[in-house]
Amino acid sequence: MNSAGSILIIARLTLREAIRRRLLWALFGLTVLIAVLTWWGFSRIAEASPITGPVQELGISQVTVALAFMFSFVLAMTAVFAGSPAIGPDIENGLLLSVLARPIRRSEVLLGRWLGLAGVLVVYALVAGWLELGAVALATGYAPLDPFIAPVYLAGEALVLLTLAVVFSTRIASVAGGAMAVVAYGLGWMAGVVGGVGEAFGNDTLRNAGTVAKLILPSDVLWRGAAGALTPPEDVLTAGGVADAALYKFSPFSGAAPGPLWLIWCVIWVVGMLAIGIFLLRRREL
Amino acid sequence: MTAPTSRAPASGSVEPAAFAIETHELRKQFGRIVALAGLTMAVPRGEVFGFLGPNGAGKTTAVKLLLGLSRPSAGRGNVLGAPLGDVAARRRVGYLPELFRYQGWMTAREVLALHCELARLPRAEWEPEIRAALELVGLVERADGRTETFSKGMQQRLGLGVALLGRPDLVVLDEPTSALDPVGRQDVRRIIGALRDRGTTVFLNSHLLTEVERVCDRVAIVDRGRVVAELRMAELNREGGVRLRVTGLDGAGSEVAAAFGPARVDGEWLAVDGIADADVPRLVAQLVARGGAIHAVVPTHHTLEERFMSLLGADEADGPDEADGPDEADSSDRADATRAPAGADTRAAAPTTEGRS
Repeated sequence: MNSAGSILIIARLTLREAIRRRLLWALFGLTVLIAVLTWWGFSRIAEASPITGPVQELGISQVTVALAFMFSFVLAMTAVFAGSPAIGPDIENGLLLSVLARPIRRSEVLLGRWLGLAGVLVVYALVAGWLELGAVALATGYAPLDPFIAPVYLAGEALVLLTLAVVFSTRIASVAGGAMAVVAYGLGWMAGVVGGVGEAFGNDTLRNAGTVAKLILPSDVLWRGAAGALTPPEDVLTAGGVADAALYKFSPFSGAAPGPLWLIWCVIWVVGMLAIGIFLLRRREL
Repeated sequence: MTAPTSRAPASGSVEPAAFAIETHELRKQFGRIVALAGLTMAVPRGEVFGFLGPNGAGKTTAVKLLLGLSRPSAGRGNVLGAPLGDVAARRRVGYLPELFRYQGWMTAREVLALHCELARLPRAEWEPEIRAALELVGLVERADGRTETFSKGMQQRLGLGVALLGRPDLVVLDEPTSALDPVGRQDVRRIIGALRDRGTTVFLNSHLLTEVERVCDRVAIVDRGRVVAELRMAELNREGGVRLRVTGLDGAGSEVAAAFGPARVDGEWLAVDGIADADVPRLVAQLVARGGAIHAVVPTHHTLEERFMSLLGADEADGPDEADGPDEADSSDRADATRAPAGADTRAAAPTTEGRS
């Protein structure tokens, strides 16, 4: 059997574990609950709003982005807490000893674990994301710029953080690795805000700091992509009076679709980090 | 548990090497700490090979190097004719780790199925392999129980079943009886015996000298990361003697016995060292001819424990911990200079057909 076959064995094992340990069921239950609450909440907002037209639409868009931000945070935490115990505990309790004595490489174990967890996260991000946006549309009729791509960006953000947590798990204890990944996520988000400020006010230092931070951890690139996809179309922004407002540009709840170079960098970053993870795992004593 | 059935050995494209395991000056260092100072040994195919040593001697480190679970700092070795770490060769190796756990959320049957898949067994063989493994280790009734509910002994039985899946050519058992009750230990001995009967090489790492003594064809004693002696159990057994309870000779017994080997009298007991088993009836006949009354004849053998203690000394056999630090390399050299009767090369002779009595 080739390397892909070995990776798939471990990926399937990871998926089965997620199902057996009721992770998938918990995520599914939460998704349904949040979608229902979203529909109910947005229905009440639309009913209670004293204003209509573009301004109301702008308000709903901001609440939608805030909802997406909350979802992005939940996804990030899910990615970190699923990824940080991916390898380390299996080494510490001797589980990997019996697995790696079989004809399978350490790299295949790591990639299999990553692939299995990535599958869970991507399906969760897409299904839950589209369900929630569907609930918003149903309750308010609000149609953001690109409701289909936004959950894809969120899934990408989750993959970036999952990758970071899995790499940490090759060398760092689960709790410490998870904490480090959460802090990195928070810092990345803050750096995105700082970069936005630099962008808005033409400050190169702040803008460059934001860019460097995004290169180091590109999770915020993808969050901004999701936020951008959930903002109203240009005519609504103009009618709402915020199209050119500097304040809007650096809002943590604003964004724009990342350019192709940034998307390529995200892919390179994930592949590069997995390569580092494989290197670290190969050198670790069992 | 039941004994493994005799089946044809797994086929392989590689011509079988004379030795299942060969290492030459294999060394493993963790920073400044030397865990293995230069392991040179050879394990003939088809034998049960005991790997003994005090705590911290480097036994488990050696096992991990053999299985490609750790990389040597220096030296080289082969397992089943392939270099250490060769992934394909692991298809023909079964391994029971010393400290391990299986996926707690899986049942015993699922763990076995996973390892059938990892070992690349054809799917059609999974069911009979799993059934045979469960019967072998006595877990048929708990086959569908989650392993997190298993006792340590049951986990060890399951581990043994996992190690034997796919009729491996080499089975590496690291302390296989440490968590087992006497019945379980007897089962393991029977399984090891059956493995030898079907030509499987067994590499047994154990602290339990009596266990090793009962099942092994050959043992290597390792200390401070080097093999300090290698013994064939059949030879060790021949190094014994006999004790007789004799009355009516008034001291003449030792004169008669002296012709057979060093003799000493202790009350009514007469001990003769180095006498061959075949000569014992002649000794008894001569003692009777001189008027002696024989009340008991007790063959004595040097035990593995006696040999182990004589090689390593009581202080170390109690179990010093892992290498102490920067001076370890020097101390291991010193140990070799004073203790290594087999010299730098402790390579075994060609495989023997002589079995254990």
